[in-house]
Formats: sequence, structure tokens, C-alpha cells
Amino acid sequence: MHEKKKRKGGGMPIIQVENLTKVFGKNTKQALKLMNEGLSKNEILEKTGSTVGVNRASFSVEAGEIFVIMGLSGSGKSTLVRLINRLIEPTQGSILIDGEDLSKMDKKALRKIRREKLSMVFQRFALFPHRTILENAEFGLEIQNVDKTERKERARKALELVGLNGYIQQTPSQLSGGMQQRVGLARALANDPEVLLMDEAFSALDPLIRKEMQDELIDLQASMKKTIIFITHDLDEALRLGDRIALMKDGAIVQIGTPEEILVNPANDYVEKFVEDVDRTKILTAHHIMKRPEAVNIEKHGPRVALERMQKEGISSILVVDSQRNLKGYVTADDASDAKKNNIRDLNEILKTDIKKVEKDTTMHEIFNVINGSPIPVAVVEDEKLAGIIVRGAVIAALAGDSEVNMEHA
Amino acid sequence: MLKLMSQIPIADYTDTFTKKITNAFSFLFDPIKEHFGNMMDFTSSSLSAIPPVVVIIIVAILAFFLSGKKFGLAVFSIVGLWLIHNQELWDKLMDTFTLVLISSLLSVIIGVPIGIWMSKSSIVEAICKPILDFMQTMPAFVYLIPAVAFFGIGMVPGVFASLIFATPPTVRFTNLGIRQVSKELVEASEAFGSTGAQKLFKVELPMARQTIMAGINQTVMLSLSMVVIASMIGAPGLGRDVLSALQRASVGSGFVAGIGIVILAIIIDRFTQTANNKNKD
Ligand SMILES: Nc1ncnc2c1ncn2[C@@H]1O[C@H](COP(=O)(O)OP(=O)(O)O)[C@@H](O)[C@H]1O
Ligand SMILES: [Mg+2]
Repeated sequence: MHEKKKRKGGGMPIIQVENLTKVFGKNTKQALKLMNEGLSKNEILEKTGSTVGVNRASFSVEAGEIFVIMGLSGSGKSTLVRLINRLIEPTQGSILIDGEDLSKMDKKALRKIRREKLSMVFQRFALFPHRTILENAEFGLEIQNVDKTERKERARKALELVGLNGYIQQTPSQLSGGMQQRVGLARALANDPEVLLMDEAFSALDPLIRKEMQDELIDLQASMKKTIIFITHDLDEALRLGDRIALMKDGAIVQIGTPEEILVNPANDYVEKFVEDVDRTKILTAHHIMKRPEAVNIEKHGPRVALERMQKEGISSILVVDSQRNLKGYVTADDASDAKKNNIRDLNEILKTDIKKVEKDTTMHEIFNVINGSPIPVAVVEDEKLAGIIVRGAVIAALAGDSEVNMEHA
Repeated sequence: MLKLMSQIPIADYTDTFTKKITNAFSFLFDPIKEHFGNMMDFTSSSLSAIPPVVVIIIVAILAFFLSGKKFGLAVFSIVGLWLIHNQELWDKLMDTFTLVLISSLLSVIIGVPIGIWMSKSSIVEAICKPILDFMQTMPAFVYLIPAVAFFGIGMVPGVFASLIFATPPTVRFTNLGIRQVSKELVEASEAFGSTGAQKLFKVELPMARQTIMAGINQTVMLSLSMVVIASMIGAPGLGRDVLSALQRASVGSGFVAGIGIVILAIIIDRFTQTANNKNKD
């Protein structure tokens, strides 16, 4: 799962949101002025009677990434996602999609964007109860007046993608929650949009189904390369899905970053509170807690050098690599000292290969199992080349939530 | 104490107003009266021309299938209609039915769009609501007076009075039904790029259908009651028998005509209701 989490960087931003603001209520001018003066949402509500839904949000979303917007209930997530397709009219700010400003479009142009580029998946599914599953899935195409046989075909394909081909003639009420949301997803995918807007799409599902849907979404995203803006109030979900996460509070975005950045370097107390009780073992990887490795080169060094290094560092074993830094194994201080006495020159003779190694993106959760019962440090490799070592102390420190975890590799 | 001023001549004002309207719009009212009257006469005489047996069989078959292949309503229709025929009230039944049919149709044609308009605009809603209340609380036969002023006597003023009296439920329930459609569904249809008309016809009206049909059912029943009252201004039908029985204090024939009205009411009511319920699932 982890390789999917790597940033799909390098792309052009597909959505650029600039200074996007929504004030609910009559006194929007006054509220905007107070907002610029830095007053809080509550103060603005007291002074003007207007509610700040979204407070000057700016961010950009790259093509093909899963961008998660996270925050507590009432923090403005739903408002923000509805500003993006203008189900809610912005009070100020702009939304650029492929460089076109949605906030300035007339109704017709806006409809075209909604039909072709943006599809939405809703928290409580919002399926049409008077239509069959197939008719639900073809809704977006029907709106575009796509020819009947073609739209049925495309809707059927979309339903197949989400694993629902057997149910097309049922009505939504005959399906379980998880299946209904698959229909919601199929309805959104049938349009073949560039961007999926998903407002707490999995929040109404029970935990097991929810995990399953998250995994499927990740797979779908990997195969279809859709850009996804995913709203959630659940940090675990955000961390599982997000390439990047934006954290919202009181309508404003307080931090944007990769899951690791958010966990390891929370921007402020609010974010820190939010991430406090996340299970860090599932997020942090070898890469975050490894140290620079001490190693000897099997092609240049003999037991004598190995022993010297170990004595200097105060360690009882040392890793052995070749000139390309491929990991060969390790030698112990005892063996090296014997070899020195017996005048053995070649490290190969005392090399031990039962080394424990992990990949750079192995989660701490798994490292914990590996390191337990291993007397020597665990080697971290990347393409079989030595990248670092993990000593037990570092694992314990990371588990304890020590923020000293090193990020210079990130 | 209460004699703050002499009596305000509201009645006179209304008279003058009605007269003015009648004169000003006679170019409109007269042709309506004539053509519309002809059309209704034609409808009712065509209905009367169908042999009663055929009508009864058709109604029974419809009743059987509409109520989900149950016999209750079908049997009731057969017995009830036969009884009316037996009492030699068939032609009058056809007249009454024509009036109900035409006036309910007009009520729906006028009422549903107004209801839709109300649901789309809070201002329109705020204006229409008190007017609808007024229309419904005014005693029904008050409407007969302007109806006579505009259209004279006969079927047309009957339909006019019924229109005013019976349209409000359709308007109200249409408005209510559309406003009750869940916000998420409306959002969903908009998010996929629906035009206003697509939203209305593909989502809002189908979702509100249940409620609108309940309103239409009320409209039909109200228009039946109005059509009976309209016999006072010369509308033909079963009501006229009740009226003349009243004038001659003849309990028996009044009762018979009354029974005829009740049978018609029950059949119409069950038909509109079961049609609605059946479509539900
Ligand atoms: N239509 C509305 N009218 C007035 N206030 C609203 C409206 N919609 C949302 N709000 C307010 O805006 C804020 C953000 O709401 P919302 O975007 O629904 O939050 P979230 O989705 O994060 O729970 C809340 O304070 C909410 O009360
Ligand atoms: Mg929300």
C-alpha cells in the first residue's frame, strides 16, 4: 500500500483555489472586513450575525493526487468542497480548473464544467430512490443527453468497476449502505470526470466496509488516475488515503502537507491535538527512524579495520557492504578479534549473513516485530543497498511520540 | 359606541367592481362561456351516449387492476353504478362527472405550475399562501355569485366556482412536495450539471409525486362538492335533484340523489388514491 502513497508530483495543478471565502448571512461586507482584521469566527458571528463557512482558503491540487480535506465537524469542509463546484456561491476568491476561473463563469459554462470535469459523491449517498441502480449510474450522462444505448453501456461499465454488475435492475433501497455508496461512486465515474469530489463519502459506513471502500478507492485511483478531493473528519482515513492533507479549523486551512509532515511536524497545537492519538506505528516508516549506518567495505577492509571501527563507536557488530553499498552481512567484534589473532585478512571468512533487514518504507508496526529478538541493529535497505540502521532505542522513542524523529530523509 | 363612522359600503364596492370586471372582460367571458359550454355539453352528451353497461364494465375492469387485482372496488363500482342506473339517474351522473372531470383537470393544469412556482420562490410563496387560505375558507357558494355575474348560469359558472374553490390543495401540496425533496438529492442533480428543467422533471417532480397526488385527490373531492352546490346556479347533474327535492320537501328523491353523489364520490376517491398508492412501489 505504501508505494501508492508517494507523491504523484511533477504534474500541473488541476485545481487552484485562491483566497476562497464563504460568509453565510446578510452582513458579508462587514464580516469580510473583520476577517481581514484577523478576528475569530466566533467574534465575527457575535459582531455581525454572519457565519464564516470558509475563511480565505488557498491551495492547489495536482492531477492524479488524492487531496484530503480534514477537520472537525463544523470546520467548513462541506462548504469548501461545495464552493469548488459552486453548489455554494463564493463570497470572494477564485477557483481555477485547468486554468479557467469557475467563480466568474455564467450558468451555462458552469454546467459544462460540472458535467465534464467535476463529479461529486455524497455522504448519505444521495441516490435517486425512484430510479434503478443502472438509471442512477447513468444520471450524469442522461443530463448531457448522451444517446441512450451509449449511456447505458457506460453506466454499466462504471458499475462493473465498483463490482455491482449483478444489481443493475434493483432500486437503491434494496442495497446495503456500502453497496449504495458504490452506486454513488459509479454514478460519479460514469461521467469520466477529471476530478472526484467526495464529501465524507465513507463516513456513513461501518468500519469494516469503510476500510474495504478505502482500499478500493486507492486501487481505483491507481488504475484510473483520477484526481480526488476527499473530505473526512477522520484522521486515520485521511492518513490512509491522502497524498496530501489539508487541515481545517473554523473555516481556515491551518496546515497542508503529506501525512508524514502533518504527523511529525504539526504546524500548531490544534494540529498536534488532532494527531495526538493516531497510531504512529502505522504511519511512520523505517525511513523516519533510521540512523546513518556504520559499515565496512568488504573489498577494501579486513578484520582489523572492522574491529577498530567497532571499538571507536562502542558497538559489538558492524555491517558489511561492497563498493556499490550492497549489503553483504555483518561481522561481530568477537569474530573480528579472533580473525586478527589468526591473521585472517579476508572479511568473507568471518562474515555472517543472517542479517535482519527491512525496506525503507516498512512501517514501524512491522519493524517492531522484526527488531524484537534481534540482538543486532536492523539494516534498512533500498534496492538491496544499505540506507541506514535502526537501533531499538529509536523504535521506542518513536513509539513514545518523541518528536526528535528525524525528518531530514523525508 | 361602535358607531365610529357610517357603514362602509363594501358590498356596494364589490358590486361595482364585479360589474366593471364583467363589462371590461365580456370580450373574454362571452366566448369562454360559449365555446367552453359547447365543449362541456359535447363531453357530457358523448359520455351519455355510451351504453351504461359498457361504462360499468370499463370502470370495473379499471378498478380491478388499479387496486392490485382485488375485487372490492370493482364489485362496489358495479353495484353502485347499477343502482344509479336503476334509479334513472344515469344522465345526471354523466353531467356531474363531466363537471368534476373538467374542473379537476383545469385545477390541476393551473394548480401544479403555480405550486412549482411557489416552491421556487419564497416571495411567490409568501404572496400566494394568504390568497390560498382566503380561497379555501370562504364559504363555497359565495363563489357562485361572481361566477353568475361573469358567465351567467349553467355548466361554465359551475366550473369557474369549482376552480376557485378546489384548486388550492393542488397548489399547496405541489409546493410542499417539491420543498420536501431532500437537499442532498437536489444538490446531486445540480452537481451533475442539470438545468433547472432537468432538475424539476427528473428529480423534484418524481420525488414529490406522492404528495402532489394527495393534493390532487383533495382537489377532485372538493370539486365534486362544489359541482353539487353549483346546481343552485343551474349546473346540471345530481345536485339539481337534491336542490329540487329540497324545494319540494321531498325526502325520498333527495335521498336517492344523495346516495348517487356518495357512490360517485367513493368511486372517484378510491380511484385517485389507489392509483397513487399503486405507483408508490
Ligand atoms: N447554509 C448555511 N447557512 C448558514 N450557515 C451555514 C450553512 N451551511 C453551513 N453553515 C455553517 O458553516 C460552518 C461550516 O459548515 P460545514 O461546511 O457544513 O462544516 P463541516 O462539513 O466541516 O462539518 C458551520 O459553522 C455551519 O454552521
Ligand atoms: Mg460536512
